[in-house]
Amino acid sequence: MAILVKPDTKVLIQGITGNFGGRHTRLSLDYGSQIVAGVTPGKTGQKFEDQVPIFDGVAEAARETGATASAIFVPPPFAADAILEAVDAGLELVVAITEGIPVRDMIEVKAAIQGSSTRLIGPNCPGVVTPGTGKDSQGGCRIGIAPGYIHKAGDIGVVSRSGTLTYEAVWQLTCNGLGQSTCVGIGGDPVPGSTHLDIIKLFNDDPGTRGIIMIGEIGGSAEEEAAAWIKENCNKPVAGFIAGTTAPPGRRMGHAGAIISGGKGTAEAKITAMEAAGISVAETPSQMADALIKILK
Amino acid sequence: MNLHEYQAKQLLTRHGVEVPGGQPCTTADEARAIAEGLFAEGQEMVVLKIQIHSGGRGKGVFKDGFKGGVHLCKSADDVHEKAKAMLGNTIVTKQTGEAGRRVHTLLVASGEKIVDEFYLAVLLDRETSQPLIMASREGGVDIEEVAETNPDAIVKLQVDPLLGLQPYQARNLAKALGLGGKLIHSGARLISGVYKTWWECDATMVEINPLCIVESPDDSQKIAAVDAKISIDGNALHRHKDIAEMRDLNEEAELEVEASRFDLNYIKLEGSVACLVNGAGLAMATMDAIKHYGGDPANFLDVGGSASTEQVTAAFRIILKDPNVKAILVNIFGGIMNCNTIAEGVVAAVQETQLALPLVVRLEGNNVEAGDSTLANSGLSLITADSMADAAKKVVAEAAA
Repeated sequence: MAILVKPDTKVLIQGITGNFGGRHTRLSLDYGSQIVAGVTPGKTGQKFEDQVPIFDGVAEAARETGATASAIFVPPPFAADAILEAVDAGLELVVAITEGIPVRDMIEVKAAIQGSSTRLIGPNCPGVVTPGTGKDSQGGCRIGIAPGYIHKAGDIGVVSRSGTLTYEAVWQLTCNGLGQSTCVGIGGDPVPGSTHLDIIKLFNDDPGTRGIIMIGEIGGSAEEEAAAWIKENCNKPVAGFIAGTTAPPGRRMGHAGAIISGGKGTAEAKITAMEAAGISVAETPSQMADALIKILK
Repeated sequence: MNLHEYQAKQLLTRHGVEVPGGQPCTTADEARAIAEGLFAEGQEMVVLKIQIHSGGRGKGVFKDGFKGGVHLCKSADDVHEKAKAMLGNTIVTKQTGEAGRRVHTLLVASGEKIVDEFYLAVLLDRETSQPLIMASREGGVDIEEVAETNPDAIVKLQVDPLLGLQPYQARNLAKALGLGGKLIHSGARLISGVYKTWWECDATMVEINPLCIVESPDDSQKIAAVDAKISIDGNALHRHKDIAEMRDLNEEAELEVEASRFDLNYIKLEGSVACLVNGAGLAMATMDAIKHYGGDPANFLDVGGSASTEQVTAAFRIILKDPNVKAILVNIFGGIMNCNTIAEGVVAAVQETQLALPLVVRLEGNNVEAGDSTLANSGLSLITADSMADAAKKVVAEAAA
């Protein structure tokens, strides 16, 4: 079992004809994911690498192919429109990979999609991977830009705001023989479609997930909110790591959302809240898997 | 992207917010001319304010001993003299650090007669993903201090981003600040204008501190934004060409400006252990690991997901311009990126920059064996590490040696 996507989830790619989108579509196909359609306005009837049909719009692509999830690779100025189009087409899952979407656009998007049945992951995220059971975890569902081969099918859920730090955690798990149910990058922007808490609730309800790694960083209070919920409600062991203990206040550390402002969003506050919730917090990024193994039953 | 006070006031004025009359200038003669104009309009006082991206200007001290970056003047001669003392001079405030900041621009504005002071800000509430207006009856002081000592003085208002701020909400907020009579209307208009500025300009923050009731020479009262601070979302500058032109490179650290030219995310810190990492989260975590093992990070540096040899070389050049650096850690998780490409980039960069400092390299991921052998066969005396912890320990030891 897994959350959000299964190996047979049908995925469409918005922005399939761009360099970045095309490259990662190829990698997802190689991984064995069901990439069934691409969307680039004005290119309906064409095919991506003679294989994946391209459509003008999301609604027709979904109707023709049965896709239920989308990955968005369109450039930042057009990304909000792409998200709204995917939501309007009634997709179950929209994963926005695009980095650099204006905050105001995301405030509007988030308000506009309140109450819809679509779950938005990202933006500015590595995406979602449910590993498969083949060689190097092939045969799974890879939406986004994460390297597929570092994964291994299993029962640990990973949720994180950072890309490469997620890969680091996943690789540590895999090297320790612990596979993953699903790995979710929720992204480094200040207005995320889904929060740590949203994803942790899904892992908590997923019978295929035995333990959880939650990776956070400075800025905002999403980790504290998740920790408070975990303390009261989560029935699975949770390990965690927070990046940015050494980050100076008032500076944006690469990610748009990674900033300590007005004394809020410090690593210390997050680590304290997580430890108070019984989460096993890794002291260094090298010990993320170890922190979980310590508390796994 | 941060704006100067005078730029912030230009944007606020465009959205109907009352600000004290005035103009920016870069010479003492211009300052005098602007001041003469304001005195001719009947102003009794003119205020001279240095324009730097830093708080605590009033209490700052210039390197030559001249005190204060904000001055009230009663004559054009006084304006000229003070402007001369400040322009081109370097001031140290509680926010600039010891290096201080050189003053290139002054704002010359009418010195309003202030009756009462408030605080007003618009920002993103990250918990709800909605705009938040924060106002306080206590103005002219640090809002974080008010939040600590007198939290009841702070009023918060959540705005529905799709509807925008409604007039009744602005009136209620004005009333909550203690404004009465006609001032409720001018207060509400100003609050609406400030919100509109935040929204229309893609600001991440607009802060008016103080927001003031000022008295005109004819004894009538009005509400005005006496000081203003605005930060703009850098990702939205493509739709604000005019605001993008307001960027002042004098206010940004030289190395950070150079890094941005190569699409590198670099932030200079005070320590001696430099790092070069792919990905923002991993870069922060690498700094943390250096600190954990007893070192002090010299910088944050994210080379991004697809670093080229040019970028890696530029990154080394920038790191080497920091005289505090004693050792360098390269930490790359090559997910999609080929570790061998990175290894070749590192070797080329080390040769090109003739690196003499100890270098620890930790590669993991895609094609890591080829990457390791490229490093081993390069003839360079670099140190390899097999985990982040191992790498951090080694680089800290090298920096201390």
